[in-house]
Amino acid sequence: MIPVEYYIILSAILFAIGVAGVLVRRNALIIFMSIELMLNSANLAIVAFSSVLKSFSGQVFVFFVIAVAAAEVAVGLALMVEIFKAKHSIDVDQMNSLKG
Amino acid sequence: MEFLLQPLTLLTFFPLLGVLLILFINAEAKNAIRWVALATSLITFGISLWVLAMFDASNVNLQLVARYDWITVAGWNIQYFLGIDGLSILLVLLTAFLTPISILSTWTAVEERVKDFMIFFLLLEVGMTGVFLAQDLFLFYIFWEFTLVPMYFLIGIWGGPRRIYAAIKFFLYTMAGSILMLLAILWLGIYGGTFSVPDLVALGNIPANIQWWLFLAFTAAFAIKVPMWPLHSWLPDAHVEAPTAGSVILAGVLLKMGTYGFVRFNLPLFPEAAVRAAPWIALLATIGILYGAMVSYAQADVKKLVAYSSVSHLGFVMLGLFAMNPQGIAGGILQMINHGLSTGALFLLVGMIYEQTHTREIKVYGGLWKITPVFGSIMLIVSLSSMGLPGLNGFVGEFTILLGAFGSQAIGNTAYAIASALGVIMAAVYILYMFQKMFLGPQGEIVDEVKKHGHGLRDLNWREIVTVVPLLIFIFWIGLYPKPFFALMAPAVEHLVGMLPIP
Amino acid sequence: MHLSETATTGYFFLAPWLVFAPVIGLLVNIIFGGRFSEKVIGTVASLASGASFVVSVLLAWSLAAGHGAAVTVPFLEWIHIGNLELDWAFRVDSLSTTMMLVVSGVGTLIHIYAIGYMHEDVRFKGDPGRFRRFFVFLNLFIAMMMILVSGDSYLMLFVGWEGVGLCSFLLIGFWYDMDTLGRPSWANSNAAKKAFVTNRVGDFGFLVAAFLMFWAFGSFQFDEVFEAAHAVAPGVIVAITLFMLIGVAGKSAQIPLYVWLPDAMAGPTPVSALIHAATMVTAGVYLITRSAELYTLVPQAQYIVAMTGAITALFAATIAVGQYDIKKVLAYSTISQLGFMVAAVGMGAFVAGMFHLVTHAFFKALLFLSAGSVILGLERGHHHAEHSHHEQKSKGKGGKSKVEGGHGAHDRHEEVFDPGDMRNMGGLRKTMPVTFWLYMIGTLALAGIVPFAGFWSKDEILLDASLHYPTVYLLLSIAAFFTAFYMGRQIWMVFFGEPRHEAAAHAEESKPIITAPLMVLAALSLLGGALNLPFEGFHQLGHWLEYTLHEVEALPLDLQVAGISTLLALTAIFLSWLIYGRNPLKAGQPDPLKKPLGFIFTGMENKWFVDEGYFAVIINPFKRLSYFLADVVDWRFWHDWFHETVIAGTYNWLSNIGLNLYADQKGIDAFANWLGTATQSLSATLRKVQNGFVRSYALSVLVGVVFILGYLILKS
Repeated sequence: MIPVEYYIILSAILFAIGVAGVLVRRNALIIFMSIELMLNSANLAIVAFSSVLKSFSGQVFVFFVIAVAAAEVAVGLALMVEIFKAKHSIDVDQMNSLKG
Repeated sequence: MEFLLQPLTLLTFFPLLGVLLILFINAEAKNAIRWVALATSLITFGISLWVLAMFDASNVNLQLVARYDWITVAGWNIQYFLGIDGLSILLVLLTAFLTPISILSTWTAVEERVKDFMIFFLLLEVGMTGVFLAQDLFLFYIFWEFTLVPMYFLIGIWGGPRRIYAAIKFFLYTMAGSILMLLAILWLGIYGGTFSVPDLVALGNIPANIQWWLFLAFTAAFAIKVPMWPLHSWLPDAHVEAPTAGSVILAGVLLKMGTYGFVRFNLPLFPEAAVRAAPWIALLATIGILYGAMVSYAQADVKKLVAYSSVSHLGFVMLGLFAMNPQGIAGGILQMINHGLSTGALFLLVGMIYEQTHTREIKVYGGLWKITPVFGSIMLIVSLSSMGLPGLNGFVGEFTILLGAFGSQAIGNTAYAIASALGVIMAAVYILYMFQKMFLGPQGEIVDEVKKHGHGLRDLNWREIVTVVPLLIFIFWIGLYPKPFFALMAPAVEHLVGMLPIP
Repeated sequence: MHLSETATTGYFFLAPWLVFAPVIGLLVNIIFGGRFSEKVIGTVASLASGASFVVSVLLAWSLAAGHGAAVTVPFLEWIHIGNLELDWAFRVDSLSTTMMLVVSGVGTLIHIYAIGYMHEDVRFKGDPGRFRRFFVFLNLFIAMMMILVSGDSYLMLFVGWEGVGLCSFLLIGFWYDMDTLGRPSWANSNAAKKAFVTNRVGDFGFLVAAFLMFWAFGSFQFDEVFEAAHAVAPGVIVAITLFMLIGVAGKSAQIPLYVWLPDAMAGPTPVSALIHAATMVTAGVYLITRSAELYTLVPQAQYIVAMTGAITALFAATIAVGQYDIKKVLAYSTISQLGFMVAAVGMGAFVAGMFHLVTHAFFKALLFLSAGSVILGLERGHHHAEHSHHEQKSKGKGGKSKVEGGHGAHDRHEEVFDPGDMRNMGGLRKTMPVTFWLYMIGTLALAGIVPFAGFWSKDEILLDASLHYPTVYLLLSIAAFFTAFYMGRQIWMVFFGEPRHEAAAHAEESKPIITAPLMVLAALSLLGGALNLPFEGFHQLGHWLEYTLHEVEALPLDLQVAGISTLLALTAIFLSWLIYGRNPLKAGQPDPLKKPLGFIFTGMENKWFVDEGYFAVIINPFKRLSYFLADVVDWRFWHDWFHETVIAGTYNWLSNIGLNLYADQKGIDAFANWLGTATQSLSATLRKVQNGFVRSYALSVLVGVVFILGYLILKS
């Protein structure tokens, strides 16, 4: 059986990639994918612990996270479509109307 | 699913489905929106007929009950509790019946923001049905306040020139009374450990002096809604400024929420206080009848005339309810329906002519019967129904009310009934005045005025006739054969009378 | 006391058709009438009314076959709530069938007459489209009247009672957009409204009587009420009967509520004949007769009723003397004759009252219809005179040109011709001979000349009065004298002398469809007395009504009373000849009575200023009060001042001055403002952080997370 540390390390790597993606990329779609990556890395960690601790709560959490992620994707993509309609671009650097 | 398929839940919340559908329709597709709204309200009416079919008039208890715990924290026991009985069934049917008619009447009258209008209208129907069905005081209060919101917007957006003023006045006035009722409701909830009306009625040992205050608090809310003299000041403003469909619903259903409140809550919950208050309420009702009739005669604006006539008619209802005998209460409930039908029809008809002439001033009209014979004839029938001509619905209600009030032990004085019967003469005075000045006599100046801007006055078209004819059918039906209507409520009314400690 | 039984034999089951037949007639005319010709419309309506008459005859026949035992035909349960049980049932007894026969019989004749009359009237008035409407209303009236007379309870009677009031309103206001002369005006609709409202005042009395009745007797049903009445304190019954009298005064045009009837002549003449002379206005008499058992229990109430009738009879007769309009004279005469009937039933002479009701229906309908024929004759004459004078002008009056021209005829700027004014008549005996003779018969019957119907019925009333109520007898005798006088005056003015107007000179006799029903009525006026001759064995009506009314007094002819009344009538007619017949009125000449009588005649001419009095005492104060209430009390005081100034104003003041200025602006606001300024300056620094780039925000989140996590890890 693969020790749990491996899972944790993989999860940490995935998370870091996600963070880097969010910070570095300007395309909203890619940022979005990076966020998904982060969510899934968290899922991985939770599932791993769940199997170690023999507790089902972890599995349940993961289901919730997946469901919420799906909803979030729906909303996010819809937003993006609307933004694209308005700006003809999904470059996040152009979405700076919140600038103080 | 089981929750949603209960007849009363379905009846109450079905219009929400229409709201949902309308949300998905493009706001420019006005006709599609209208059809969806109409279809929704018609299906709701169908559901109400289904409820009627399942209703057993001989059973005095609540029927088709839907009851679930809702908020049960810290000793509060608030329930989702719907039920129907002989006191409310006619009003529920009236609500479901008037809504499609009102929607039909807006077909050409409302052209702006149709989507919003229909959404508010269907929401209003949810609120009104809920008020008549809720058997938990807390739930009732939520529905009660909820009706204010759509009506506020209906008046405030689609109303006449002083709509904002009227809408705010309507809102504040009603709110002011409701707050007192809310306090009383909270007191009852804490005292009885439940908000359920039947349970509280069964409990029934509220000390007399507290009963009196609670009675007054409830009365404050309901008397404003009715409106009883002298709390009627919001009514002419709201009626005059509201769009036609709003006036129809306002007069037809919203005012009845007040009188219904008296029957449903004040009489059974606080019987001793109610009996004690009966002569005073009768006095206010009688003043309202005579005052409303006289003031309405002096109006120059036809919508205002009809609005004040409501004060007079609802005075009859109150007089009947507080006569506290079967004739009075049954007559009162029937008169609520009658007033909904005939005043609703009056507002519809006035709206139809207003759509063409854009004026409500009585004196510019005249001789319309010759130009628009169908319109004139229908108006005549509705006017006669409103003034209580035997054979039409108004008489059956007014007669039983006056008969009940005349022999009422709770009121204890025939003078009120005799003075109110004078109101029958005055009703003839103001109704005939309106009919004469608008439909008889030489041609009014408005006729040429309208001709200058187009084809001149036209008679009712098919849509308008379809809108009014259902009302006419009931006007004749109740007038000629009211037995089924009385049969629906008689056992419940007699049961209610049995609970009252009449001296 | 015989209790009603349900019909088993005879034609009683037909009773609902009394009402259905005319209702079907009117529905047919409403739905299909648009495609019918005038003849068909009139025929349908007349057949419907005729069917009612046939049913009435069958009912009477069945009743006679059953020896007059009253029969109740239940039809519909109406209002059932608590101990109130109101049903619509038909009561067939000798009293109600008498009324049914009169209503449907006279009604049918008038329907037929109206086919001819309205054909011309709608053309003179310029709106042939209203022909159908007239017959719809007329049928509706028959239906309502039948409900009134056939109802088995006071409430059903009341339904019909208000229903005929409605028909009266609709038919008085038939030409609602003009006055009696056809000029655009509010006059006719005012008259209609006046009739309805006045009747409603009476109905108020009826309603209160009904309430008293229900709570005293527990029922509205006739038999049950009468049975219970004996056990109730007389005070209650006095109250009931007197409130009922208010109703009677409204419907049967008695003092003080008679004022609507003269104005009701605004309706077309068949209406005046049917509703405002023969049938509807007698409903009050029927009501008292129906309530005979109540009235006989309380003599004080009877006395008041009798005096009301007698005073009305005399009062109205004096006014009739001073009128110039041919129909107005007849209207006041009707009020006066109704006074006779009310006096009779008030005295307990129910048979005499009903007898007079029946004969009066015959001869007054005859008189009104003949007056209608006279008016039409004058209209035709006027039209002719016009036509020959203005040959070059297009036809202004009548015919098709008028229909297309809207209200064309009366736009002409010349003096409007009044075809009903007796001062425009004269000499019609030659131009309208048939009408003249018919009118003569009616007049003689009304004046009470042997052997016409009116003589017998009036004599019976006078005889009864002379025996029991001397005051009433005196008043009625004087009224009878006036009656003969004003009828004489009318005959001389209308039919004798020289024509005082071109129209009268060119007047034309009416067609047979108009005169034929008149001949039937004339025959009835001539022979109607045979219904109840004051000789042993000839009291048919008395015996017939005895089935329903009890203790009917069959009085023999009293030669003294009969002699006096005949003498009075003949003297009056002779006097009228002296004044109006010997020296016929010239055109433009004032009434010869004007000078010698002075202000008395002015009073008669102006109806003793009663209308003006009502305006001053009731109507204007009511109007002023309602304007005061509406404008000053409700709007300016309650709506504007109290709500706007007091409630909203106080609230505004409190919130603006009290709270806003002191508590809020100088206290809380100052603090809040300081808070606001501080926040602003702080945020001005902080906003530089907000560069709007998503990535930098994300970075700050990351840094924050790292910090927090780091803290948590290092802390432990």
